[in-house]
Amino acid sequence: MSEATQTAAQVASVRPSGLTALANPARFLALSARLLPWLTGVALLVLAAGLFLAFRAPPDYQQGVTVRIMYVHVPFAWLSMLCYSLMAASALGVLVWRHPLAEVAIRAAAPIGAVFTALTLLTGSIWGKPMWGTWWVWDARLTSVFVLFLMYLGLIALFRALDGSGRGARAAAVMVLVGFLNIPIIKFSVDWWNTLHQPASVMRLDGPTIHGSMLWPLLVCALGFTLLFLALHLGAMRNEIFRRRIETLRRMAALNAERAGGRGVEARA
Amino acid sequence: MTVHALHVFAAYAASALGIGGLALWVIAQGRARQRSLRALEALGGRRAAR
Repeated sequence: MSEATQTAAQVASVRPSGLTALANPARFLALSARLLPWLTGVALLVLAAGLFLAFRAPPDYQQGVTVRIMYVHVPFAWLSMLCYSLMAASALGVLVWRHPLAEVAIRAAAPIGAVFTALTLLTGSIWGKPMWGTWWVWDARLTSVFVLFLMYLGLIALFRALDGSGRGARAAAVMVLVGFLNIPIIKFSVDWWNTLHQPASVMRLDGPTIHGSMLWPLLVCALGFTLLFLALHLGAMRNEIFRRRIETLRRMAALNAERAGGRGVEARA
Repeated sequence: MTVHALHVFAAYAASALGIGGLALWVIAQGRARQRSLRALEALGGRRAAR
């Protein structure tokens, strides 16, 4: 076997795996089309089970039934941070590996993150009125989450303004990474500053301080919302790939029309 | 309905509207873009055939 044939055989035997395989948008679209209905179905089932458990959980001895807001507020808060962390990881993918789907993932996640953060603020505010006696206070936790919401809005505006070039994508990725500094600030704001918002009660080094009868429904709800978030993100990523294809086809159609117009002028001359 | 229960209802209603609206937006956007893509591909195919 010649050296060239050997090399060709080696290249053919190397199958793309993991993230490399997904670098091909066509392969990603085919895989996501198969995965999406299952993911959505499982997410809705887990969420239904979580909400059922949440409404069967006992009321809190101090908060009464208002504690049930926690089963949606806490997962929204976790996911608003998880979404941004996912965007930051994708930003690394854009800057370091130049993965074609990394930029797609960032752009698709931003509106979803904005909605989850808005719901965190809204449900927290609805809980705060009967518990704290106020809809809003400018304490460190609430303010840093509000900053996260503004960052999502800023990134959405930035993506709309960008021309879709590689340089624009890298600039947006740097912005996302700079904004990631806010995530540890949100997480530790209740420890670093004196806040009205209570300290962490689930993700603690010494274990959760919530009773199991409330912790399990909360974890099932969090799992359901996480699966739903992943399904929404997958759907939004597919939409972003479609948008890019439409843009490319429109550009090609405009170029062809321009060329045909030029030929027509030449023929008349 | 007590004030506390009213707040719980408001929080769940807002959550359902937010998540439901987001899901509908993603689905509607996907359908509209797939339709546009099919139309553009068909147009490109007709041009190539000419």
